[in-house]
Amino acid sequence: MRELLEVVAKALVSNPDAVAVNEVQGETSLILELKVGPEDMGKVIGKQGRVAKAIRTVMRAAAARDGRRVTVEIVEHS
Amino acid sequence: MKSIEESGRTVDEAVAQALKKLGLTREEVEVEVLEEGSRGLLGFLGGRPARVRVSAKEMVAERARRFLENVIQALGISAQVSAVRREEAVEVEVEGEDVGVLIGRRGSSLDAWQFLTGLVANKGADKPVRVVLDVAGYRKRRVAALENLARKTAEKVKAKKRSIALEAMPAAERRIIHLALQNDPDVVTLSEGREPHRRVVISLRGAEEKKLRERK
Repeated sequence: MRELLEVVAKALVSNPDAVAVNEVQGETSLILELKVGPEDMGKVIGKQGRVAKAIRTVMRAAAARDGRRVTVEIVEHS
Repeated sequence: MKSIEESGRTVDEAVAQALKKLGLTREEVEVEVLEEGSRGLLGFLGGRPARVRVSAKEMVAERARRFLENVIQALGISAQVSAVRREEAVEVEVEGEDVGVLIGRRGSSLDAWQFLTGLVANKGADKPVRVVLDVAGYRKRRVAALENLARKTAEKVKAKKRSIALEAMPAAERRIIHLALQNDPDVVTLSEGREPHRRVVISLRGAEEKKLRERK
């Protein structure tokens, strides 16, 4: 799951080296924390959140294969 | 996108020059004329050179294919990707085993992957190209199924003389219903409701007009 999110995020941003994905096992679902460089926040969120929505849609479908739930959280690099 | 600017005495000359530098043929590029150029007085006095921008076409298709290949690998499924640059769009097709995950419920993943692939393939391009993605022929089959549904429902509307609402569909699918029935003189189609619950309603043409008149 983590590798898939990395592939998608790195392809979208202008600075792939700043992309990092952190996996947190929640109680009912897997949480993926996506970190991108500050200049790339817009690229993974998009107008009206369209890109973020598409990312969540495809990640949810991928996780559903093994009956898992996944949440994608987008955070800025600190 | 790989693109260069060239100038020459005429547009044709400038294009030929650029193709030589890029090592591509005329079919593999898009040409944008920046300046027509003029010959000037007597063919040599005060003439302006022609300027063109020549861009490699298949870059978008290439990037779309590579992106989806990486996605397929990360998903751990085995599938082949082909991407072809057509006049109006880049058509990407995925065929293989267990590709259902790329389609999702009623094509929701397919639409999301198409959107993401379009963004990735057009990254840095001055003129974005539409990317159309199909997986295991899903879109083609869905179009045929929707057209069939539209015709059958229209017949029912005519027989029962009442409007019928179809189930909610995304915009692209509603469009297929509208188009399938636009030449049917007996029925009209309208979309109602808010996304994502927007749906097509098929009504008798006369009845719908009467209802609209009553509303006024």
